[in-house]
Amino acid sequence: MSYLNIENLHASYGHNLVLQGIDISVEKGEIVSLIGPSGSGKSTLLRALVGLTKPHLGAVRLEGRRIDYSNKRSLREAREHFAIVFQQYNLFQNMTALKNVTIAPVKVKKRKAEEVEKEALTLLEKVGLRDKIHSYPDELSGGQQQRVAIARALAFRPNILLLDEITSALDPELVKEVLDTIRMLAREGMTMLIVSHEMAFVREVSSKTVFMDEGKVVEIGPPDQVLNHPRTPRAKEFMAKILRH
Amino acid sequence: MIESLWEEIPRFFTYYNCVFLLEATARTLTLTGIGCLIGFALGFYLAVARLYPGMMFLPLRAGIIFYVEFFRRVPFLVTLMLIFFFCQGFRLEVSVFTVALITVCLIAGSYTAEIVRAGFESVHHTQWEAGEVMNFSLGQKLRFVVIPQAWKVILPPAFSFFIAFIKDTALASQIGVVELTYVGKVFNNKGFSPVLAFGAILVLYYLISYPLARFGVWMEKRLVLSKH
Repeated sequence: MSYLNIENLHASYGHNLVLQGIDISVEKGEIVSLIGPSGSGKSTLLRALVGLTKPHLGAVRLEGRRIDYSNKRSLREAREHFAIVFQQYNLFQNMTALKNVTIAPVKVKKRKAEEVEKEALTLLEKVGLRDKIHSYPDELSGGQQQRVAIARALAFRPNILLLDEITSALDPELVKEVLDTIRMLAREGMTMLIVSHEMAFVREVSSKTVFMDEGKVVEIGPPDQVLNHPRTPRAKEFMAKILRH
Repeated sequence: MIESLWEEIPRFFTYYNCVFLLEATARTLTLTGIGCLIGFALGFYLAVARLYPGMMFLPLRAGIIFYVEFFRRVPFLVTLMLIFFFCQGFRLEVSVFTVALITVCLIAGSYTAEIVRAGFESVHHTQWEAGEVMNFSLGQKLRFVVIPQAWKVILPPAFSFFIAFIKDTALASQIGVVELTYVGKVFNNKGFSPVLAFGAILVLYYLISYPLARFGVWMEKRLVLSKH
């Protein structure tokens, strides 16, 4: 049994079936990247894992224990293990960078404020924003906001970090600073599920790459194989398209 | 005209007339003040209660929507009459002032419920989601994330409603509540010039609404711009 098991997962928006039976297993410390065309269900898969989109069929098991998404307690417990970083950062607009990082550990996890603040300062230092701790989100660049969002996610002390196209909304020159932060986390052995369009980055950091299309896993394997030597026609077509430009 | 007015002034501002005016001012002030305070508290709670999720709270949400839509659609005067005859019909021994008070609270509650709901909805759903995935409870999401960001959408319409509301309380005179407008009519009927009778209450209405408007501006500065 793997650390995280996703089995036959189905989810839909209204009548639109977005996930049509996803099977992926993730080992501890593994970095799994999800690639595929828009609308293939990559982001929905991450949202489903944290219960923002409720799966209606299939199972997610964390260390062998099944998450019951219709049960409030089970979902709360599961969310303790995950942290998600969104494409649009979603920092709390009414809080400083520091407050954004400390609020959940202090108010939800009921940890000591001084201890959390110390850890938050270390995390913000780590993402290179020690001098911006008192800035509000609207005073920060996209790249800086995204790094605060990563620090916020880490302060939650997740076992699995979910990254949803975290560089897609950034100017090209800001992408590197965010990816460097993720590289650092990868070296530290953080378990991650990454939805990304940065193919070079995916190839570099991930231990497993999943190609999705129309809510299904089309191909799964080592990044080199999936990206450079895809076996299925759909994956071949997709890779050919993205490599052409 | 000016001369006759000049001559009326000493007769108008007698001790008893002034007390009469001040008492009426106090009634208008009480109706507005309590109406706004209780109404806002009620409206705020209803806006929050509408967010309770799940089938279990469906009747509550439906009840709130009915209440809000009903009192926002029925004219003030009709509501006043409804409450008045409701109390009479059930032989409830309440004063006309109490009837007016109940009416203003119900009406202010329904309007502010919508103003606050609009404020909550103005906060982008991704802000709610960010709190949701970090296990914030509904109360924590509201308190730490949504309400602080919603003030800038809630306060301006809330205060313009309150200020318009001061003037609406004049309708309470229709069921015999001796408030400012009622007193204006009494003086006019007593033979004082309308300029004097209604001029006096005009000044008093202004004296009530101006500080309220300033208070609104102060609140906005405090709650909306406080982050920088």
